[in-house]
Amino acid sequence: MSNAMISAEKLNLVFETADDDVIALKDVSLDINKGEFVSFIGPSGCGKTTFLRAIASLEQPTSGNLMVNGMSPEEARKSRSYGYVFQAAGLYPWRNIYKNVSLPLEIMGYKKNEIPGIVEKVLKLVDLTGFEKKFPWQLSGGMQQRASIARALSFDADILLMDEPFGALDEIVRDHLNEQLLKLWKTTNKTICFVTHSIPEAVYLSTKIVVMSPRPGRIIDVIENTLPPNRPLEIRDSEEFISVSQRVREGLRSGHSYE
Amino acid sequence: MSENSFANYFKNKMLPILSIVTLIFAVWYIFTVYLNSSIQIYAYERKKIDWEFSDLVRHTMSQKKPLLPAPHQIVSEMWKTIFMIKITSKKSLIYHSYITLSSTLLGFAIGTMLGIILAVSIVENKAMDASLMPWIIASQTIPILAIAPMIIIILNAFGLSGLLPKALISTYLSFFPIAVGMVKGLRSPELSYLDLMRTYNSSRLNIFWKLRLPSSVPYLFASMKVAIAISLVGAIVGELPTGAIAGLGARLLTGSYFGLTIQIWSALVMAAILASTLIFIINFISKKTLMRMGIQE
Repeated sequence: MSNAMISAEKLNLVFETADDDVIALKDVSLDINKGEFVSFIGPSGCGKTTFLRAIASLEQPTSGNLMVNGMSPEEARKSRSYGYVFQAAGLYPWRNIYKNVSLPLEIMGYKKNEIPGIVEKVLKLVDLTGFEKKFPWQLSGGMQQRASIARALSFDADILLMDEPFGALDEIVRDHLNEQLLKLWKTTNKTICFVTHSIPEAVYLSTKIVVMSPRPGRIIDVIENTLPPNRPLEIRDSEEFISVSQRVREGLRSGHSYE
Repeated sequence: MSENSFANYFKNKMLPILSIVTLIFAVWYIFTVYLNSSIQIYAYERKKIDWEFSDLVRHTMSQKKPLLPAPHQIVSEMWKTIFMIKITSKKSLIYHSYITLSSTLLGFAIGTMLGIILAVSIVENKAMDASLMPWIIASQTIPILAIAPMIIIILNAFGLSGLLPKALISTYLSFFPIAVGMVKGLRSPELSYLDLMRTYNSSRLNIFWKLRLPSSVPYLFASMKVAIAISLVGAIVGELPTGAIAGLGARLLTGSYFGLTIQIWSALVMAAILASTLIFIINFISKKTLMRMGIQE
């Protein structure tokens, strides 16, 4: 228990709206260990994004216990324990790529002479060296998302929270970015929480897959991924990959997620 | 190729504008003859002159104090008062334009500053939002013609005269679009941009400087285009109640005293040219700035 990076216990979160209360999370209990890559999968409205936002202290749980890096989520946010990658790249259009990546560093008060080295290092990690002077609109969607990952990595938080970062990209770009992300996770040894709609993406990337279901948002199944740590793209044709995918699909079906 | 593109440019850009201008001039000339004819015919009858329609057309376009001057009369009056007279002369249109322009620009500058300061305090402070906004809107419901003389008289009592009181009337008009546009601009960042700042545990000051202010720049420029035009209106209106002896407003005033319609129309056309030039300049600065900021409109 003590080495859990993120630990949720009977977490409930209710959105109060004018006509009806929406139960976004019901009795969610989960432990995520240091260095794990955990995917959250489920249909819209299953609370996967809400759970991520609760970890990030962007939403307040109604009841239950949530610890992030041994602290409350708010303390974790204040001590800058995580980097957050949004569904839309969300780069500031008036800042070039360099300035976008250096934004969190400026805000967190990094020394002026430290910043260029850090920006160079993280841009290299996402393979964007040479694009420092470009503005976001000059980059493709995939490159923009890579820049936003670099931005989240720049201040070297232990946790990386990613909310469907590749959801809006086409499959070819997505495959490429999945491969890169896996490499990046291995070299940085971060704890990654990854929200996705895609079964192959979840199975390919994760060490642990959390299957969720809507109305009320809850966890249906937690699957330990048995795939080896070394994963070329071709692994997706292997029998093991297909059997793990099968279990995810069954979980989704048992939650009536296809209705 | 270049000939072709010129032909296209002419067809797509120039032709529509030219046809409208031609139409306006045609209608204008017709109305010149129509409106000025009764006085002209009265003069013919008094002097017992025989006249034909061609005489009427010719004479209605060359009256000294016509009801409606013909476009070429205005052009020749402007040519005379702009190019044929020394700029320092009290009869030079350039001189009068300069007087009005200087109070327009001063008033606009103060109005822009005031508008930005008000917008920032409204966005950053809830109490200001609740207390200031109604007054700002109420201020614009008072007709400027009614309040302009008051402002000038009150400021005179404080020993302020000359450029500043006039400029403050421009300020009174121009701060409003700036304040309203700037409030909208400062509140324009998307929720995800603000969420991002929260994940950095960013201070309000940083959110303001690094997110709200850059987001508001396109809104600021859009408001400035409106504000500069009404600043000019304010400066002209400010010259009317004071019986000013210089400025485009003064030209309008003396023109109306003596029935010098050609002079009035010249001043009006000059004001229009001035306004469009100012808007053009702001538009140019806006485009350059936004391009440098990397913002695509």
